[in-house]
This record gives sequence, C-alpha cells and structure tokens, in this order.
Amino acid sequence: MIWNEAKECMSRDELHELQSKRLVKLVDRVYHNVEYYRKKMQKLGIEPEDIRTVEDVQKLPFTTYEDLNAAYPYGLCAAPLSQIVRVHASSGTTGKSKVATYTRRDIDIWSECVTRALTMAGLTRDDIIQVGYGYGLFTGGLGAHYGAENLGAMVIPMSTGNTKKLITMMIDCQVTAIACTPSYLLHVAEALEAENLVDQVKLKCAICGAEPWTDNMRKQIEERLHIKAYDIYGLTEIMGPGVACDCDYHKGLHIYEDHFLPEIIDPETLKPRKPGEDGELVITTLTKEGMPLIRYRTRDLTSIETEKCECGRTMARIQRFKGRSDDMLVIRGVNVFPSQVEHALLSVAGTTPNYFITVDRVDNNDTFEVAIEVEERFFSDEIRALESLRDRVASAIQQAVGIKARVKLVEPNTLEHSQGKTKHVEDRRKLV
Amino acid sequence: MIIKQLSVFLENRPGTLVEALGILKEGGVNIVALSLADTNEFGLLRVIVDKPEEAKAAMKARGFTSILNDVLMVHLLDQVGYLEKLVDTVSKAGINVEYMYAAPARKEGADLVMKTSDLEGATRVIKEAFPEAVDWLD
Repeated sequence: MIWNEAKECMSRDELHELQSKRLVKLVDRVYHNVEYYRKKMQKLGIEPEDIRTVEDVQKLPFTTYEDLNAAYPYGLCAAPLSQIVRVHASSGTTGKSKVATYTRRDIDIWSECVTRALTMAGLTRDDIIQVGYGYGLFTGGLGAHYGAENLGAMVIPMSTGNTKKLITMMIDCQVTAIACTPSYLLHVAEALEAENLVDQVKLKCAICGAEPWTDNMRKQIEERLHIKAYDIYGLTEIMGPGVACDCDYHKGLHIYEDHFLPEIIDPETLKPRKPGEDGELVITTLTKEGMPLIRYRTRDLTSIETEKCECGRTMARIQRFKGRSDDMLVIRGVNVFPSQVEHALLSVAGTTPNYFITVDRVDNNDTFEVAIEVEERFFSDEIRALESLRDRVASAIQQAVGIKARVKLVEPNTLEHSQGKTKHVEDRRKLV
Repeated sequence: MIIKQLSVFLENRPGTLVEALGILKEGGVNIVALSLADTNEFGLLRVIVDKPEEAKAAMKARGFTSILNDVLMVHLLDQVGYLEKLVDTVSKAGINVEYMYAAPARKEGADLVMKTSDLEGATRVIKEAFPEAVDWLD
C-alpha cells in the first residue's frame, strides 16, 4: 500500500523539477528571514539567484550542530515565533540541547511522512497502534502519534517505562502494531515469552527506530513475535522519525525526497560522493518553515540508491547505517555525546577526572557505565562521602544526557591510556 | 589523642589489598590498627601506622589514592560497659560517631580509633569523663 502515490512514485524527472522549485523557494526564504544563513551565504559570495536547480545545492554552505549551538534557541527560525506551534529538542554535545521549531504546516508534513511510513508497513485506519516511544521533548512519541492519527488509526499513547502495563494493554486492546525502539521490542518479546503470552498477542507489525539495529535483530523480532518489523529513520534537527522508512523489500530506507534532499559527502574533504558510494548523509529540508536547514550534516554514514524499488516507489533508499562520523553514541534510543559526560563530571568534581564510558548490550538492553578514577582531592576516609560523590556524578550525568548511568569508582591509572591519548569510550555492542 | 590515619582507596577485586599491604611492608611501615570497609563496588582501607607520611608517599608512588586524616585514638579499660559509657558521653555532647574500630592495646585492654563529627569536642568531653582513656599514648 502507498499513502501518497503521486509523490512517492513520481518519476525522477518530475521529482528533480519539484525539488529544484522547492530549493529555490527555500533558499530565498532563509536568505531573507534568517540572518545567520544570510551571513553564511554572503561570506561565500552566494545570492539566492545563484540557486536554480537541485544541483546548485552544492554551492550552499553546510549546517552543523555547532551552527545549531551558535544559533540556539531561535537563531535559525525562518518563521515568526507567533507561527511556531511546537518545540522539540535532543541532546547537544555540551549542556545545551539542539532545539527544533515547527509551524502548523511543519507538523502536518511530518504527520504525512509518518503516515507514509506506517502505510508502507501495511497499516491502515483499521489498525490499533501502540506508541512505545517517550512523549515529550523527544520527537519519537508525538511524531509517531500524529502520524498514526493522521492515518486514522486508533492510537494508544503508551510512552515508555511500564512494560507490564504495555503488555496488558497490548493484549486487552488487541493492538495490531507497535512503534518503539528495536531493543525495547526485544525486551517486550522476552517478557511475553516469560509469561507464555505470545499467542495472545494480535500484533502484526512493528515500526522500530531511534537507534541503530541489525538484520539479525529484525529476524529475532520477526520470528519471536510472528510479525513484520520495519525500520524508521529520523532526527530532531530535520524533523523527527519519518524522514525515511523501509518497505517490504527491505532494500534500504525510502527517504521522502519531496521534503528532504539527501546528499552523500566525504566527511573529510566535504566533496560529494557518487550514488552508491559510502559517506556522510547530508539533508536539506525542502519544505520546512519553522527551522529549515540547508545541507545539514547528520554525521550518519551510509550510501544512497536511486533506482526504482520493487515496491513501486521511486524515492531514493538510504542503505544500512555504517556508523557515525563523530563520537555520538545512541544508548536506549537517546543520543549521548562523551563531551556531555565530561561536562557533568566537571560540574561535580571541579576539573574532569579520568573517566571511561562502557556501552554494552546485555539481554537486549543497553548498559551505560561510567567509571571514574578516584583522585586524592575528592577521596575521603568516609564511605558515605564516596557514595555521595558517586550519586552526585550519576545524577549530574542523568541531568546532562537524560538517561541513567551506572557510575563506578575505580583506582587511578586503571583506565585505558593508549599512546598518550586517553581513550574514553568503548562500545561493545555489535551493531554494524 | 588525635592522630593521623592513612585511608587508601581499593577496588573490590582480588589482589588489591595484598598489593597495598605489600607497599607498607616494603616501606618498613608497621601497622598499629586496621579496618577494611567494603561496599558492592569498592573498599576502603584505614590504617594507623608508625610512619604515616612515608606510608602515604609510598602509596602515591605506586599509584594508589590515599589521604592522611585525623582520628581520635583512645584507650579502653577492660571493663564491661566501659565502651558504652564512653560513646554515650560523646553522643550526649551532640557529637556524631562516623566510624570506629578497635585494635589490641599495647598493655591490657584495647585501643579504639574513632572518627567523629567534631574531633576536638570529642577529645575534650572524653578527657573530662575518662582521663585515663585519652592520655594513654601521649
């Protein structure tokens, strides 16, 4: 099933024309409404008239999260604040969040994109969809919710944190689809198996995202719950979930190119890569009004296929993500930068002690451990003082990144030092 | 009297305690009293030694985190109820005992190491009520 055949299956020529038209309008809009972008363009000697077709996007400056930080919170807004109806935010590299603003029309387009994704997964207005993403500043909950309502389906806004209740409602309300992170769904599968409840579930599919996952995880989800699982991709800065989603053929995630213009670049030289070549995904939001972004560097490494898919859609497909071009970690669906942990340690200990972050996946749950070396200046002869130090560090980290870390105090010089440069992170999950 | 205690941070795994004790041995440091506190994740070795400054330097040189801090050392007479009376005196003065541990005394009875919320105050009230307890090692 295809929600918007006119757009999702349009010929590449038609798409080229539509994208060109939208890019010209977008550049004109940000040039005149966003001082930050105007200055950036002027610095490069570019005027809006220089942009005539999609190919001209390469003349435009990139946007990075440093730009979002510099323009925090409203510096990249292209619409008057009176037209902004919603704000979402995700972790930034330092104390500040990355804030995204949405106009009414942005919310409508976002909902449409999620509806396309849900339709791609075979869902209709007859389905009962449980949203197991967090509701709040995180885009997952409300994004999936609005898309499912737009489809006309029944939505159960479960949010996160209560697996028992989720399972009870899943069975009692005869839920047919769930949207949540893949690792959480495996956790749900385990809980169902433990209670012998898998047969009582009416679930037929799952739309999973917000964290990287593997084909093996998909296979496990599909086999253990007897359902089909689909991958949904998105990021707060660009919109939220629904930027791209995979179809029955699982040949990559269709990116909705009528709204998002993708490019693949070499993260070192910033030169464009050819279709099929690996590189960093860069996205220009063609229709966003609240916070349009030009050539936003997602830091996600992948490649793009533009051949028509067997499902009938012409929208290009983002291939499996091969990692990040920065040090961001996705832990339990939450973006975590080591620099945030560093800031939290700094706020508690005065200066940053040597620390080490270990991320692992145990029984399909991400574990997040921060070991800090106990230095003389915050050492104490009282257990109480040491435990209070540990707890203060843990709460500072939770405040900074939004998820709980297990904080461990260790002896000095026990953490890895590699050739003068201290290594601070080990991700033991095998996801790529 | 108030004396220096060496506190050493230990990870809770086999071998750390013996390493720390080995450092004291190599430095020719004699242990007068000892307590080992443990939590799920880490241990805390507290010792009264004959050469605290040297012991601390040796720990540092070997990469152990340690500090010297003040504690109160008193002598307990070998009498039923003596310790209870002593702690009661301290608590009636509004002073909180953080931790304490005992060691065999050089003569009869026992030595007691105490960390209190107010060391000076505890010394004062103990001296008043138990003159024999505090002057033992002076």
